[in-house]
Amino acid sequence: MPRKRNDIAITMDEVGMDIDAEYDSGNDVDTKRKARGRNKPKPAARGKKAKPADSVDESEEEEEEAPRKRKTRKKKQESEEDSEEEQKGRRKRGAAARKKAAKNDDSEEESEEEKGNRRKGGRKGMRKKEKEEENNKEKKGNGKAAGKGGKDKQDEKDKKKNKGKFSSSSSSASGSEDESLSEGEMARLKEDVEEKKKVIATLRNKPWRMKRRLKCLKEAQGFVEKFEGALGKGKGRRLYAFKVMMTKKIIKFNRDFDNFKTACIPWESRIKEVESHFGSSVASYFIFLRWMYGLNLILFGFVFGLVVIPEVLMGMPYGSLPRKTVPREEQDSAMDFSVLFEFGGYCKYSIMFYGYYNYQRTIGLLQFRLPLSYLLVGVGIFGYSLMVVIRTMARNANEGGDGAEDSAFTFCWKLFTSWDYLIGNPETADNKFASTTTSFKESIVDEQENLKDENIHLRRFLRVLANLLILCCLGGSGYLIYAVVKRSQEFAKKDRNELSWLQKNEVEIVMSLLGLVCPPLFEVIGEIEDYHPRIALKWQLARIFALFLGNLYTFLFALFDEVNAKLEREKEIKNETIWALKEYYANYTLQYNVTENIPPPNISPADVIRGPCWETEVGIEFVKLTVSDIQVTYLTILIGDFLRAVIVRFLNYCWCWDLEAGFPSYAEFDISGNVLGLIFNQGMIWMGAFYAPGLVGINVLRLLSSMYYQCWAVMACNVPHERVFKASRSNNFYMGLLLLVLFLSLMPVVYSIMTLPPSFDCGPFSGKNMMYEVIMETIEKDLPSFMADIFSYASNPGLIIPAVLLMVLAIYYLNAVSKAYQNANMDLKRKMQMQRDEEKNRRNNKDSTNQVMKDLEDLMPNKSLIPPPSAEETEKPADPPTKSPKVIGKPGAAASGKGVHVQKEVSLAAANPRAPVTRPPGPRAPGPLPGNVHGPAPGQGAGRGRGGPPPRR
Amino acid sequence: GNKQTIFTSQQLDAYQDCTYFTRKEILRLFHRYRDLAPQLVPLDYTEQPDVRLPYELIGSMPELKDNPFRQRIAEVFSEDGKGNMTLDDFLDMFSVLSEMAPRDLKAYYAFKIYDFNNDYFICKSDLEKTLNKLTRNELTEDEVRMVCEKVINEADLDNDGRLSLEDFQNMITRAPDFLSTFHIRI
Repeated sequence: MPRKRNDIAITMDEVGMDIDAEYDSGNDVDTKRKARGRNKPKPAARGKKAKPADSVDESEEEEEEAPRKRKTRKKKQESEEDSEEEQKGRRKRGAAARKKAAKNDDSEEESEEEKGNRRKGGRKGMRKKEKEEENNKEKKGNGKAAGKGGKDKQDEKDKKKNKGKFSSSSSSASGSEDESLSEGEMARLKEDVEEKKKVIATLRNKPWRMKRRLKCLKEAQGFVEKFEGALGKGKGRRLYAFKVMMTKKIIKFNRDFDNFKTACIPWESRIKEVESHFGSSVASYFIFLRWMYGLNLILFGFVFGLVVIPEVLMGMPYGSLPRKTVPREEQDSAMDFSVLFEFGGYCKYSIMFYGYYNYQRTIGLLQFRLPLSYLLVGVGIFGYSLMVVIRTMARNANEGGDGAEDSAFTFCWKLFTSWDYLIGNPETADNKFASTTTSFKESIVDEQENLKDENIHLRRFLRVLANLLILCCLGGSGYLIYAVVKRSQEFAKKDRNELSWLQKNEVEIVMSLLGLVCPPLFEVIGEIEDYHPRIALKWQLARIFALFLGNLYTFLFALFDEVNAKLEREKEIKNETIWALKEYYANYTLQYNVTENIPPPNISPADVIRGPCWETEVGIEFVKLTVSDIQVTYLTILIGDFLRAVIVRFLNYCWCWDLEAGFPSYAEFDISGNVLGLIFNQGMIWMGAFYAPGLVGINVLRLLSSMYYQCWAVMACNVPHERVFKASRSNNFYMGLLLLVLFLSLMPVVYSIMTLPPSFDCGPFSGKNMMYEVIMETIEKDLPSFMADIFSYASNPGLIIPAVLLMVLAIYYLNAVSKAYQNANMDLKRKMQMQRDEEKNRRNNKDSTNQVMKDLEDLMPNKSLIPPPSAEETEKPADPPTKSPKVIGKPGAAASGKGVHVQKEVSLAAANPRAPVTRPPGPRAPGPLPGNVHGPAPGQGAGRGRGGPPPRR
Repeated sequence: GNKQTIFTSQQLDAYQDCTYFTRKEILRLFHRYRDLAPQLVPLDYTEQPDVRLPYELIGSMPELKDNPFRQRIAEVFSEDGKGNMTLDDFLDMFSVLSEMAPRDLKAYYAFKIYDFNNDYFICKSDLEKTLNKLTRNELTEDEVRMVCEKVINEADLDNDGRLSLEDFQNMITRAPDFLSTFHIRI
């Protein structure tokens, strides 16, 4: 690193170094260390490949001695006795050393840290010593924070050397405060500062004590403070200072923002309470509920911000248009509670439903394009939900461990992760202890032998029977719903007042009852199958899912029938209105003899003939369904949980058996049922939101209230689960269900948007043949023409088909790639396993292998070390028992594994014969003496730390 | 408690840099700490008083009281190794056990917690202790022995009959519910 400086700079540089040198020499600890460091050959040379280790060493020594020489020189005030070349050379070397020091500093800091981490706790003496050293260093006042991780004796040498370097590097660092800094030094200092910043940022990830972290933080901050200013000198000074200031501000802002964000997360304490009572599995439901609430809040924001509020603020007011007015014949009962409760009357003609919105292309001062916004929001809800769900799933998958092979670590995971650290309630803790014990016992039994089913035929028969029964249930419920919806269409044709309340609400009641009755029924049927609870849970979930899905889709099909019928009727009405309008115009022309500028018919909007507006009807169905679902859920909690708990609690005083422990007892919280309920509710919201924008608002209210209500119910009336079987990575399981439901609810909506014609006299798309024509209209009228061209090209089948083809190919390719990776992964795993086995064998049969090999080698004159397998097999099985007394010294598995593993080891030992190849044939005891003294055992790899020669006989 | 009087803003910033907590949480934790022994802990921490709460108080917190490993947790996180904690130790403990802490850090401390004899390896006796604490001594000796053997068989990659930190980390980082269960909300 050649430098061009004038003399003054040189002296200043020297002065800087001088001061440091004085400090250093004043600190006797350091000088001592330096001295020791000098005597010891340094492995530091690995940084520099070109120079041999000695020269580096030398240069470093010179670097340390240099200050003293320079001190004398300084007294002579630039008289420059040394030749300039010499000085330059020295400085060059010094710089090199410094650079190297910095480099090694890093690498060694890291390695030291690692060691330190491993050997940390409990060595207080060392730590004290270290503290002293740190103090010394602080006295020196250099800002180097340095990872002073070493606490070990074997690390100490390293550290001393390190410290020696610190002093040199610190001298260079303080030297760099000079006005004239070379580019290289600047860069290096910059690097240092950056590195310190990184240290500050990652400090919390270090497994250190707080004291140490604080100290480290202080030093690092001090360093950054001190040298950041120095960096700013020169051309980019102000810019740099500005940058530094900005980053500081940004950090502060980020921190405040984070503080704010965490303060905004609601119900933290509530969930914590539930968590400590019921463990993490029940709490996961509430966390899921909270997540859902957040999602719905955002959807609510979209719908209300972009659709509802603009219509309310800028659209035409109520009563101005037929679609915004209650028709004359309904007006009398429009305010009745029974009507409003079924979302008729004023509710039906409010912003809650599709029909209220006007088809005006732009509204208000802002020229807000409401129809377009309506369509985009309706589709955007799905897009956003999809994105969020998939992102969450991906994150969960990342967090959830790679899962490995589930069987690889059964016992380990049971042992180390089965305790739920969140539990803070004695009862739950008792249950947890019990369930852990049971699960251990179960896996022990599983491990010992797979229990043979004595009556497999009966069980098979029962399982088939159970599935048949459940299929019957599913079919029956589907048929029931279909029939009920059909019946309700019959009722709808009759006059409202003739119908009883039951007839009017038949669909919702039947659906809710099915949802209430079927799951317990499935559970009862599931009993006869006699599955393991975990598997039974999965079956149960799948069945409930099938039930809900079946119900929903039957409902949808029935609804589509109804919609088609309505469309027929609408056509008639449309024709009628057109005909009436024509009549009116004709009459007007006849009467007043005017053919142009005919004013529109002067009819009150309440009296206009209007179509059935199927969109609003569909919206009402969904809203009704949601509301009845809410009612049923809340009532179930109130009766099934609360009332039961009250009865059990208070009747227990005067009852003939123990109610709390016996038959009714308290309810348990049904996690899976609740989660599924939530998911299906969300599916209904997604489907209904397009036809009833207000539904999202209702859902937000529902989630909000159910958070409080269910929290209360759980804490007040439920008992912790006796046996909790967590479906592993259940989070993503539920997320997957949510995704499926999202997809399934996406389909009917998109189908209706793409194929069904909108009503002619209500809703934002009235007057169009198809809803999506809004987009085309916008493209034509609002965007520049070339955009329209681009869109028309883009929507050309000639372009779309290749695009689809390309995507399919991409999917195929990615699929293939992932499969290849999977294979590679498997391969590596297998290799690792093989290596492990081999190693294990070597250890376990070390002596025997050794002996066998010895014998074989002696037997074979040509010293080919691969023995015929038969020889090995005959020799081996006899060996381990005879050697067993010798193995006592071995820790753990090697010794204890004997009883079970002898057979396995022998069979796996095939790899062994290759082992001795690494060992030179070397000197050997004469004759087939077992356990010879020479040479280590073949299995004993270098550096294994097993120590000691093989036991002798 | 006004926050200005408990910590200086530098202290709060430093704590935020060193833990996974926000300002509010740090203050909440301080109050939790202080509530354990109001007469011992001063309301002014700007001078960094040297206060230690004995293990008996720490272990009686509702968050820890039912945890079979509470003593080990306190021992691991306390500076004196006996479970007596300063505020720093206390913050440290809940920072590691918080939701934000990364898997590696958690795994490291979990290892220390399960390493009962502090020899930097989880050996058989440690496993037995863990298992007995986990099941309240309800397994027979044979069962305990078998489980321990199984565990070592599964996770011991270098075959030294005990689990080193690497073995443990390798095993625990794949566990699906380690992160969700090794976690104390406060």
